[in-house]
Amino acid sequence: MAGDPREGRIVVVGASLAGLRAAETLREQGFVGSLTVVGDEPHPPYDRPPLSKQVLLGHAAADGTGLPMRRDPDAEWRLGVPATGLDPLRKRVLLADGEWLPYDRLLIATGTRARPWPNPEEAVLDGVFTLRTCDDAGRLAERLAAGPRRVLVIGGGFTGSEIASACRERGLEVTVTERGPAPLVGALGGTLSKLAAGVQRAHGVDLRCGVTVTALRGDGMGRFVGADLSDGARVEADVCVVALGAVRNVEWLADAGLAAGPRGVACDAGCRAFDMYGIVTDDVFVAGDVSRFPHPLFEYQLLSLEHWGNAVAQAEVAAHNMVSPGPLRRPHLSLPSFWSSQFGLNIKSVGVPTFSDQIVLAQGTLEARRLAVVYGYRGRVTAAVTVNMAKSLEYYQHLIETAAPFPPGPGAADRPLAAELTLPSDVPDSKKLSHGPTVALTGHLPDRRLTVVRHA
Amino acid sequence: MQVVVDLTRCQGYAQCVFLAPEVFHLHGEEALLYDPAVPDDQFERVREAAAACPVQAILLGEEVGSGGR
Repeated sequence: MAGDPREGRIVVVGASLAGLRAAETLREQGFVGSLTVVGDEPHPPYDRPPLSKQVLLGHAAADGTGLPMRRDPDAEWRLGVPATGLDPLRKRVLLADGEWLPYDRLLIATGTRARPWPNPEEAVLDGVFTLRTCDDAGRLAERLAAGPRRVLVIGGGFTGSEIASACRERGLEVTVTERGPAPLVGALGGTLSKLAAGVQRAHGVDLRCGVTVTALRGDGMGRFVGADLSDGARVEADVCVVALGAVRNVEWLADAGLAAGPRGVACDAGCRAFDMYGIVTDDVFVAGDVSRFPHPLFEYQLLSLEHWGNAVAQAEVAAHNMVSPGPLRRPHLSLPSFWSSQFGLNIKSVGVPTFSDQIVLAQGTLEARRLAVVYGYRGRVTAAVTVNMAKSLEYYQHLIETAAPFPPGPGAADRPLAAELTLPSDVPDSKKLSHGPTVALTGHLPDRRLTVVRHA
Repeated sequence: MQVVVDLTRCQGYAQCVFLAPEVFHLHGEEALLYDPAVPDDQFERVREAAAACPVQAILLGEEVGSGGR
């Protein structure tokens, strides 16, 4: 359609949070053409954060987390049918049932899936789970309700830690294994990860750091009974949850010629996808967890975020730009932010904590488990994390957005003496962790050493 | 009806917990947990909670496919 961008045919591939919010925004922005939303799961769009919290605690049903609509996007929903291919020249999407869907503009919002246990024979043992979909959550919640003697959680990222928290709250014994030095270290860096480790142990988690799981064991009848660890230990458990991070759903784009790979689909600040030569397209847009986009506050590095708020904000910008002529398009500039509730703590973050060289404890104390930590990079504030201090976060967001100097000046009445003391942020190489970080800087920092890995 | 809370925006003022305690509750000091599926008899309370939220983080609405199409 060379004419009015509010007319024509739009296909959205991905029917989760980003896909739904994009579809609504398209209509809100005056799109009157035909709109089709394709989803691989049979369910209408639902909310995932409750799956590792309320649902595992038995406070909400796994099939009851459907997302409310802001408005009816008047779309044709093709649910339960994954997209399997894209022909960008003829502008059409191939579905698994063989049908080709033509489009004038396309939004890619296919998100991620749980990284599976690498050994397929062990992964199919009865009692081995991953957690990403509502079906996963329903099966796992049922198994936890049956009262297993011990649950093994592989990976101490946010999902793994939230699962461990739910298990303890249900009175279940739980072992968490993490290859890195502490849980959440990939997202929060060294200092706060020590707090996370202390909190887990205080809540009775059998936390094993610096180890990997080398094998999952069955009983010979196909039932999971335990695992071998790299330090020679053996864990006996009835349930195993593999929480090794997420894999981006880009396989269907393999022959599309787009800049799509394991870190997602690269796009410009206006959510337009790049092709594999780095040339920007004008009819293919990207939003949500599957995207990689440049951010000016982080030296225009491409960010891959697995954050609820980013899926919403980026879907809104992508949808706006899909129906707006060039000069009226907007950039996606919102700051990364996330939250996690675990072991009774509310952990919130703004900015990119891993984009840092130093931190300072700006408010509160570790002992009180109520604090705000500010992260800096080369003398500038780049992130903040609060624990049970959410009302403070907005102030630090303002510091990040205005590139305020690090360490931040005095301001808070509860500023501790420790605020005079900057510490190394101690962010590890994410390749050495069990859990995938939910924020990935996909460029490099020029003052950090790069190691060339040569495979024999 | 379904409810979702934008927990990026939520600052733990807990007005919703007072207005609709059967749907929203605090886990620890300020982590909000809620049942996304709102029972019919809680609908009015959740609507009041959404209106009262100081940071307007609560969205109440129908889910896709619930009303006809």
